[in-house]
Amino acid sequence: MIPAAFDYVAPTSVADALAALAEHGDDAKVLAGGQSLIPILRMRLNTPETVVDLGRIEELRGIREDGDAIVIGAMTPYADVLGSDLVREHLGLLYKAVAEVADPQIRRRGTIGGALVHADPAGDVGAPALALGAEFVITGQGGERTVPAEEFFRDLFETAVEDGELLTAVRFPRHTGWGSHYEKFVRVAHQWSIVAVAAAVRVEGGTIAEARVGLTNMGATPLRAKAVEEALVGKELTEDAVAEACAAAAEGTRPPTDLNGDSDYRRHLATVLTRRAVLAAAGG
Amino acid sequence: MTTIRVTVDGSTYEDEVEPRMLLVHYLREQLGKVGTVIGCDTSNCGACTVHVDGRSVKSCNMLAVQADGHEVTTIEGLATDGQLHPMQTAFHENHALQCGYCTPGMIMQACDVLRENPNPTEEQIRVGLEGNLCRCTGYQNIVKAVQQAAGALAGQQGGEQA
Amino acid sequence: MTVADETTAQAEIGRPRRRKEDARLITGRTKWTDNLQLAGMLHIACVRSPFAHATITAIDVEEAKQAPNVVAVLTGQDVKDIQGSLPNAWPIVADQKAPPHPAIAVDRVAFAGEVVAVVIARTPRAARDAAELVDVDYDELPAVLDLKKAAADEVIAHPDLGTNISAHFELHSHEIGTGGNVEDAIRDAEVVFEREYRQQRLIPAFMEPRSVVVDPTGEQFVMWSSTQVPHILRLMLALTLGVPESKLRIIAPDVGGGFGGKLQVTPEEVITFLAARHTGRPVKWTETRSESLLAAHHGRDQWQRLTLAAKKDGTMLGLKVELLADMGAYLGLVTSGVPILGANMFNAIYKIPSYTFICDNVFTNKTWTDAYRGAGRPEATFAIERLVSDFAAHIGMDPMEVRKKNWIAHEEFPYATVSGLEYDSGNYEAATARAEEMFGYAALREEQRRRREAGEKVLLGIGISTFTEACGLAPSRALGEANYGAGGWEHASIRMLPTGKIEVVTGSSAHGQGHETAWSQLVADKLGVPFEDVEVLHGDTQIAPRGMDTYGSRSLVVGGSAVLKAAQKVIEKAKPLAAHLLEANVDDIEFDKGQFTVKGTDTGVGIGDLALATFAAHNLPDMMEPSLDAEATFDPINLSFPHGTHLALVEVDTETGKVALTKYVAVDDIGNAVNPLIAEGQVHGGLVQGISQALWEEAVYDDEGTLVTGSFVDYTLPTAADTISFETDRTVTPATTNEMGAKGVGEAGTIASTPAIVNAVVDAVRHLGIDDIRMPLTPERVWKAIQSAGQEQQAATPATQQPHFGDAPNQDTPETDAAVSGAEVGGPDSMSPDTTPGDGAER
Repeated sequence: MIPAAFDYVAPTSVADALAALAEHGDDAKVLAGGQSLIPILRMRLNTPETVVDLGRIEELRGIREDGDAIVIGAMTPYADVLGSDLVREHLGLLYKAVAEVADPQIRRRGTIGGALVHADPAGDVGAPALALGAEFVITGQGGERTVPAEEFFRDLFETAVEDGELLTAVRFPRHTGWGSHYEKFVRVAHQWSIVAVAAAVRVEGGTIAEARVGLTNMGATPLRAKAVEEALVGKELTEDAVAEACAAAAEGTRPPTDLNGDSDYRRHLATVLTRRAVLAAAGG
Repeated sequence: MTTIRVTVDGSTYEDEVEPRMLLVHYLREQLGKVGTVIGCDTSNCGACTVHVDGRSVKSCNMLAVQADGHEVTTIEGLATDGQLHPMQTAFHENHALQCGYCTPGMIMQACDVLRENPNPTEEQIRVGLEGNLCRCTGYQNIVKAVQQAAGALAGQQGGEQA
Repeated sequence: MTVADETTAQAEIGRPRRRKEDARLITGRTKWTDNLQLAGMLHIACVRSPFAHATITAIDVEEAKQAPNVVAVLTGQDVKDIQGSLPNAWPIVADQKAPPHPAIAVDRVAFAGEVVAVVIARTPRAARDAAELVDVDYDELPAVLDLKKAAADEVIAHPDLGTNISAHFELHSHEIGTGGNVEDAIRDAEVVFEREYRQQRLIPAFMEPRSVVVDPTGEQFVMWSSTQVPHILRLMLALTLGVPESKLRIIAPDVGGGFGGKLQVTPEEVITFLAARHTGRPVKWTETRSESLLAAHHGRDQWQRLTLAAKKDGTMLGLKVELLADMGAYLGLVTSGVPILGANMFNAIYKIPSYTFICDNVFTNKTWTDAYRGAGRPEATFAIERLVSDFAAHIGMDPMEVRKKNWIAHEEFPYATVSGLEYDSGNYEAATARAEEMFGYAALREEQRRRREAGEKVLLGIGISTFTEACGLAPSRALGEANYGAGGWEHASIRMLPTGKIEVVTGSSAHGQGHETAWSQLVADKLGVPFEDVEVLHGDTQIAPRGMDTYGSRSLVVGGSAVLKAAQKVIEKAKPLAAHLLEANVDDIEFDKGQFTVKGTDTGVGIGDLALATFAAHNLPDMMEPSLDAEATFDPINLSFPHGTHLALVEVDTETGKVALTKYVAVDDIGNAVNPLIAEGQVHGGLVQGISQALWEEAVYDDEGTLVTGSFVDYTLPTAADTISFETDRTVTPATTNEMGAKGVGEAGTIASTPAIVNAVVDAVRHLGIDDIRMPLTPERVWKAIQSAGQEQQAATPATQQPHFGDAPNQDTPETDAAVSGAEVGGPDSMSPDTTPGDGAER
């Protein structure tokens, strides 16, 4: 319950934060909302020498429109995402997934960027980010680069953000008018997702015109169920047709085995939950 | 050590703290605000819930240095002018506590639930409290208390903004 | 005597008084042990074994001792001659075997989490930092973790004992003269029905982590502890440590829940005492939640084999119960007695002509078990209520009909049971009728049928639990016959203050049960004084010098009776004084509603005036001592037997295996309720704990003997969002063994609800060929049962922690999952997670 001692810096600009990271190198740990990092520090599962707190950098917060995209600053708390009309209108899937993250107190301080870089495969924002084709703006001392979602998540707790870099913003293409649903499966409400499915669909005249499906906790990273997406396109919006298209949801996945279920069970859940998510998305 | 300036329950404190000190430890050990308690080490239980700038957070999941410049309200600062907050009254009236250990966090979060939604359904209350564990009450009377407080606050504040 | 207007005056007993306790609890003006700060106080951090079974080959504490602000480091070697052996107060058989139980392990550890060293430092931070520097070398020994394997004695948890069997206990109705020989019944029966059930291991998980402060300055050692049992703790510490009992004062201040989990004399209490004595300064130990889940005692953990002999028409003829009970690594205060508390309860509400109960208490290399809400009775109730429902299905009868056919009819009370108890009162018909009416049983059965026939994927199940239990843990004579190490009485005293205020001192030490309110109601009615004028004092051995504390749903039935008995003594003491002041004959003095009056007149004097008169003592009868104070000790003549009928409705999602509780009706007969509000609250909380056993909770160990469910991430307690609002009611048949007619309510909900839920889930899927699913009924287990219906149930999923926050702290983790080293915002983390260097174990 007591973290090991560390030094603390709280830069007020991205430039200062990058300088701090350069100075402290591997011994530094970046603190965003801290809702995963602080428990890890408390349990001494990690003992950095320096903690670089991004909480005082105003430029990393906020949600704005930028052409076809909605841009969310990395340090924007979940609660602000939920309070954003832009997100509700154009990124319904993200809204619904964020509403399922942990609990209200955690959502107050936890940040969208922090969660994405932490890259817990059971976290709830990776799958919708992937499904919505988000772009990740990563800043280092050499400048800014943008990484597509498919290249962002590399492995368990590992992303495209390199040493000395920061995720500064995430650009989400607008999905205005899409139906969306985040189907989260847990045993008790305060658990991490055992499996969850993020689905967004665009329905035209009773037929699925476009579909996006992301899977949570079905492997080392969030996954996009492209085969399901393709199978859904052109399908009539009936339970049987959707079920048939979703039957392959778990193909190629390597979900974990833990107290909540083995990998076979998770594969089964993925197909059921994908069908439910898609139907709910199409219905709402 | 880092110097912080924090307003807690209406009083402003300036202190030197180790960066690693959790907000809840600062409140309990340095300020003697022992009404706020610690129930777990994974941020599941919510017993340590306080308001920072008016909204609920888990004070075990925040460093004291992060509270620098902010305003914290604990269970000890909820009553004003000697009057219990309607949520406190509702917990008492509805027998929404037994051992009382989860109660400070539960009351603080329950206030936040109503701030978010002054007229919640039972389901919304239950989901709003999903970050707070209670082992005694089975939650039923807690839900009733929040419902009663919602009514009381609505009556008290009329059309005012919450 | 009663005049018309008095019937409308509100009696306190039976009134839903809001609690006195709340005022401080809702405002944060609380006295939790961890709140205490004393001048110069030191802090303890424990170093715990990561291994389930190992020899300690070396401990290097030098670096820790040199760390800043460290005052001392103690190991088992340092204290082995003074720490004694932690007590077991219930040797259930004369030849019970048990290993010595050290507070700090000396040369061998027998479960993961056992304390091997403690650091004492000026701040909690310094203590924790230095604990990381203690270097312990271990040689691993074979560990026995599986209960059935342990019972086979292949690997021995404590090699010096030569066996894992701590005790073998038998009870046969034909030997105690209460019934026939069950083997005869089995031999002759038309139907012999066998079942094996599993009681998983649970963790009490009270919300306030345990905390202890010991102040060695002054004439007595003062210990504040988050305990249910300050009086028992005082006695046991004196016996364990050889300290005169008179030199120990124990205070249980505000205590944040217990559920049996704080009915213990803990290693940490002994350690904190030794640390305070060693340093001469006040010392505090407060556990983390992970430490609590790891090392505070666990509960349940049994295999239960039941054999029922019956007729084809459902008539029960004999019941044989064979238990394996997991003690864990040591015997705690009542570890050995917990399964025996169920010995007389498997026959439950049923008239069964022959009965046998056989139990083996078995050691394993896990955290020791002990009392957890219900202790022995939930195990018994679960097994019999599951058995009856399964048996009904087996013979094609409605599960309620089988119950009705065999239960004790209301006109048959008092009833001597086949296991040797005498049930004083009850009315199972009334409670059941009320429950069925509230539940809408017939309509729901119809809906269940409709869904099945329509091939719907979400099925309905109805679960029944018609339970009874035994409360009070008394009388003393019976406890003596059962070799229990203490009596079953309770003590109270009443102090009449000159201002008319009253102090009630009770030996029942509450931790959430609302004694301060209920005891005030009792005394307000008995002495005819305002509720507000009564102050209830408890939880401090210097204030409440005698007591047996709070557990086993005994407080009101035993402790409340003691309070009433003391109050009656006050009245009797006051009568001569009243007669003296009223110039009447004492035989003509009547007492009612706080007034002593002369029979047939309206002259009288109030009890408060008499208290003042004794304070002044100017005008007392000759030889009268100037005090109305009285004390009393109450020892009941029997246990009490609450009962009830609980009906649960669940939906089972056959596609995912997820169970949703949709309706729950609980009709309880707890006798008369002193405070119905508090009683109902006990039922609510008890229900959720019992439901939680059925659906959510299990303490899981991996193959190495490491607790996998070592935090609230993995030990899954339900939240408000996972539970529902219950429909509760009460029927009343007063207990005949106490003045109030009360039966006890603290454990009823927990005892009743677990089988109701499991019966409901099995009922939903029984037509698929499923007759049992092991608790907790995780979605995975339910789904797999459906998948493999008709076949053997598949093996359980291997125990693996969720990776989010990793392993339990405060113990060295032999292999830390690399997955936990997540960066938040920032680069991919190159740091390997710190294997908490608590003891520097090497593998």
